[in-house]
Amino acid sequence: MVNIELGMEKAMKKLLVYMKNYKKECVLGPLFKLLEAGFDLTVPLVTAAIIDYGIANQDKSYVIRYGGVLLLLALIGLVCSITAQFFAAKAAVGFAANLRHALFSHIEQLSFSEIDQIGTSTLITRMTSDINQVQSGVNMALRLFLRSPFIVFGAMILAFFINLQAALVFAIVIPMLALVIFGIMGVSMPLYKKVQGALDRVLGSTRENLTGIRVIRAFHREAEEEEQFCEENDFLAKSQLFVGRISALTNPVTYVMINGALIVLLWVSGVRIDAGSLTSGEVIALINYLSQILVELIKLANTIVLSNKALACAARVESVMDVNSSLGIQEMFNVPSVGEKKKGQVVFEGVSMCYQGSQEPSVAGVNFVAEPGDTIGIIGGTGSGKSTLVNLIPRFYDVSEGCVKVDGQDVRSYSLKELRDRIGIVMQKAVLFKGTIRENLLWGNEDATDEELREALELSQSMEFVEKKEDGMESFVEQGGRNLSGGQKQRLTIARALIRKPEILIFDDSTSALDYATDAKLRSGLKKLSYHPTIFMVSQRTSSIRHADKIIVLEDGEVIGMGTHNELLENCQVYAEIHYSQYQKKEGKVE
Amino acid sequence: MKPDRQRETIHKILSYIRKYWWLILVSLFFAGVTVVLTLYLPILTGDAVDAMVEEGGVNFRILKELLVKMAIIIAITGIAQWLMNTANNKITYMVVRDIRRDAFHKIQKLPLKYLDGHSSGDVVSRIIADVDQFADGLLMGFTQAFTGILTILGTLFFMLVTNVWITLVVVLVTPLSLFVAAFIARKTHSMFQKQSEARGEQTGLIDEMVGNQQVVQAYSYEEKALERFDAINRRLEKYSLRATFFSSITNPATRFVNNLVYAGVGISGAFFAINGYLSIGKLSRFLSYANQYTKPFNEISGVLTELQNAITCAGRVFDLMDEQEEIEEIPPREKVDNATGAMEIEHVDFSYVEDRPLIQDLNLSVTPGQRVAIVGPTGCGKTTIINLIMRFYDANRGAIKMDGKDIRELSRENLRSQYGMVLQETWLKDGTILENILFGRKDATREEAIEAAKLSHAHSFIRRLPQGYDTIVKENGENLSQGQRQLLCIARVILCRPSILILDEATSSIDTRTEMQIQSAFQKLMEGRTSFIVAHRLSTIQNADIILVMKDGKIIEQGSHEELLAREGFYTNLYMSQFAAE
Repeated sequence: MVNIELGMEKAMKKLLVYMKNYKKECVLGPLFKLLEAGFDLTVPLVTAAIIDYGIANQDKSYVIRYGGVLLLLALIGLVCSITAQFFAAKAAVGFAANLRHALFSHIEQLSFSEIDQIGTSTLITRMTSDINQVQSGVNMALRLFLRSPFIVFGAMILAFFINLQAALVFAIVIPMLALVIFGIMGVSMPLYKKVQGALDRVLGSTRENLTGIRVIRAFHREAEEEEQFCEENDFLAKSQLFVGRISALTNPVTYVMINGALIVLLWVSGVRIDAGSLTSGEVIALINYLSQILVELIKLANTIVLSNKALACAARVESVMDVNSSLGIQEMFNVPSVGEKKKGQVVFEGVSMCYQGSQEPSVAGVNFVAEPGDTIGIIGGTGSGKSTLVNLIPRFYDVSEGCVKVDGQDVRSYSLKELRDRIGIVMQKAVLFKGTIRENLLWGNEDATDEELREALELSQSMEFVEKKEDGMESFVEQGGRNLSGGQKQRLTIARALIRKPEILIFDDSTSALDYATDAKLRSGLKKLSYHPTIFMVSQRTSSIRHADKIIVLEDGEVIGMGTHNELLENCQVYAEIHYSQYQKKEGKVE
Repeated sequence: MKPDRQRETIHKILSYIRKYWWLILVSLFFAGVTVVLTLYLPILTGDAVDAMVEEGGVNFRILKELLVKMAIIIAITGIAQWLMNTANNKITYMVVRDIRRDAFHKIQKLPLKYLDGHSSGDVVSRIIADVDQFADGLLMGFTQAFTGILTILGTLFFMLVTNVWITLVVVLVTPLSLFVAAFIARKTHSMFQKQSEARGEQTGLIDEMVGNQQVVQAYSYEEKALERFDAINRRLEKYSLRATFFSSITNPATRFVNNLVYAGVGISGAFFAINGYLSIGKLSRFLSYANQYTKPFNEISGVLTELQNAITCAGRVFDLMDEQEEIEEIPPREKVDNATGAMEIEHVDFSYVEDRPLIQDLNLSVTPGQRVAIVGPTGCGKTTIINLIMRFYDANRGAIKMDGKDIRELSRENLRSQYGMVLQETWLKDGTILENILFGRKDATREEAIEAAKLSHAHSFIRRLPQGYDTIVKENGENLSQGQRQLLCIARVILCRPSILILDEATSSIDTRTEMQIQSAFQKLMEGRTSFIVAHRLSTIQNADIILVMKDGKIIEQGSHEELLAREGFYTNLYMSQFAAE
């Protein structure tokens, strides 16, 4: 799905859409660069004139006039090139900003199975360093991609004007040079990819070692780890050396070729001067052009190397853009808002769901009805599909078969926003964001009053610790909620969900971080909610769900029991086992 | 970076490079050859131009001689260039390899205190990104600084030999480009700073929003997130444009200075030529030298930044390498073989941060085969006890003894091999399932590994994996569920048959039913073995011999389940809250 091997040029083409506001800059930048290049090309001609007329005729005022022309050319060149830099920078920076915006809003549309698949850290790299690389690539390309070929061909054409035979040397050596430079690049480029792969492995080993340092030390495996690292490290160095040896050829080979051409040029010039069809000033101009060509070809090669890196980054960015949200397609069938029918009924009809790349479905053939205001308990072993099941309601994932209906309507026919606005979900992992406690709570409902905030804090059993804080609700939550304990964070996420006054309230195994007393208080509070949401309570503890109206017992993605606590104790062996593993038998009997 | 710190860093870099001294000699030698020959070439070219002054007056014999000479010199230069580049590559990559190797070795020796206190991302970026940056800077510095200086000196010499006055023009005008570059760099510094601040802010937001996408989506926060993102993005665009544009003036500006030099040489050279002091060939030689002379000046600011950057990066790596290592217990005075499992903790004080005492006067006596459970609220020091008995950290005061021997007198290897540990964080290596089970005992056979997997109830899920025991565990076990990873970790420990078991909240992420199966496996394993269990769930530890109830770093209650219940203290509260009326 994430295809890095997507053609790099194709990727860049697709990304060029984000350049469309900068058409003017994209034309003006290179244009001014070409103007500058034009003046650069004029310099050797002026020099030749100084030599052939000024010196030959001993005309000092001629020398001064043409010297002035040289200075003027330098000044105009400066102005042109600064102008070009400005337009190029503007286009590149603007392009990058557009691209970042587009990428961020694209990522936001992805379902988190897709985000999981790509990985958060990868996405961050794509958004930051990759786009930066693309930016500098675009900046450079705008300045140099036209300039270098222009100078190369311009110099060649001017050489033809100076002397046809001497210019033939140019016509022969330039294609040869291009062939060699690009040949070496063609060979070394794929090798660099391999080097990158080797570096990635070294990085992987380092990270793995650091995260597992306790285990490694406990098993005393430091020596083996080092050995493995050294192997990968040596391999990296070897591959770098190998590629280095090849790419180190570029400079010497171009040097030899261009100076070989110089020798031929001098010989031809000697012959032409002897015949009287060439002046020494012109020879100097030709030599000058030759060295200009060399400089530009090397620049061009560097530009290509760098822009290849930028293209690779662009391809990586594009590959993220290419990941289609699996949710987006169904959004097309947007059905007009359902409006007033709000009740909170949830129906699962023959629901199966299979994660991408997985052979077996995570949930299969699930059927049940949750009537408005019901509390549904969901219990089962690790990997039995509990979370998957409830994640289908707010469409974090889509069903593979069957359908999930909310208030009689397929969830896929709602707009995501409308659907999710009806649902409050508290996840297993308590996530808070940088900002004040109040700001975090307002995620649930922007327009919540202080009264409502307090009510939710009270109900989620967080009032006590929030009030203890110096700034109360205005206390600052650090990134990732580092300054709060796990239980505190969890309680705040519960408050956040309650503030929405949702029609459907989902607790995805989110009360396990709470102690039993808090858990119990919370549950009794939920019963008293004025708006009677339908509650889904995923748990591993039977104590959390025993009073549910309906308990669904899952094993390996299938429903193996459904009913009330007492019914299940009687007729569902797995449920009974779970229950008695948590309560000793005697307490069980007391019930 | 402070100057003396910088000097220290450079010193250390040199000590790494010194090992490759002969390569440096090779590099320097060929660099010298390259520069001298490259500078000699314009002289020959100039002579060749002088050999063909006018119609019918071309001296073909001299011209031929000169051209042959040139061909030889060009060939030698090419080879010398390649050898120099290759030597530089080799020095750089070898030094980088050595530094990475040493840094990795260092990590193995660092106390956990350091590693717990620094994000692993930071350490990784030092070993990978910083070392890479350093390599780039070193390579660039090597190839350009030395040849640059040689080129400047060489051209200066040849120019002076040719004509002092024109040389003066070149020498006086060229440094202008340096001043211009430095001026621009100073001016743009604050712009770059603003740019990187905005970048940092944006990265923070992306990290938060993308990392917690599920919550963002659940609360339909996408639009607001995008709004916040765009606000930063616009700011970033503004600062980026300034930084990029103003810094990109450097190039045209220095080129302008070069063109000034060129014009200056052209004009003054022409006057000297008119007066007969300079031949046309020599003028062409000058024009070419002027170009070569200015080039290192244009590059020098880039090289200096790159070198400065390289030193800063190297400094960060060396900071890591300078960290205090774990105190090595040489030579271990005692040794324990197949520990009986008796442990004593005597008057132990410990704190992670100096003035925030955590554990104070902790005492505990465990007889062989006892099952010790540790319970208490989060942050009360449960995990710290494990850290201490494993010697991941050393106690500040008091002693911990295994079979009557102070654990500080044992080698860490000897001590740790007595334990079998299952942590809350289930760490698996990149490799097959089998390799992961064999992690603790490489000499064990496949059959033994499968046996261990069966005991830990991992066998049934492993069998169902596409390649069974040879399935590759992806980076940090992404293709396995949390519970499955936990089972693998348990199998890994079972295979080791340790004397003492340590379970740090090991079962909290496994559902109770699987846990029951694991418990039964552990029950068997724990027979005759001392075990320490840290757990949230009281149901899992009720049959422990001693339950330690910890609060705020102290053991406040201690005894069996029944004893503690009878006491009606903190534990009773904790226990009863499970069954609180609803």
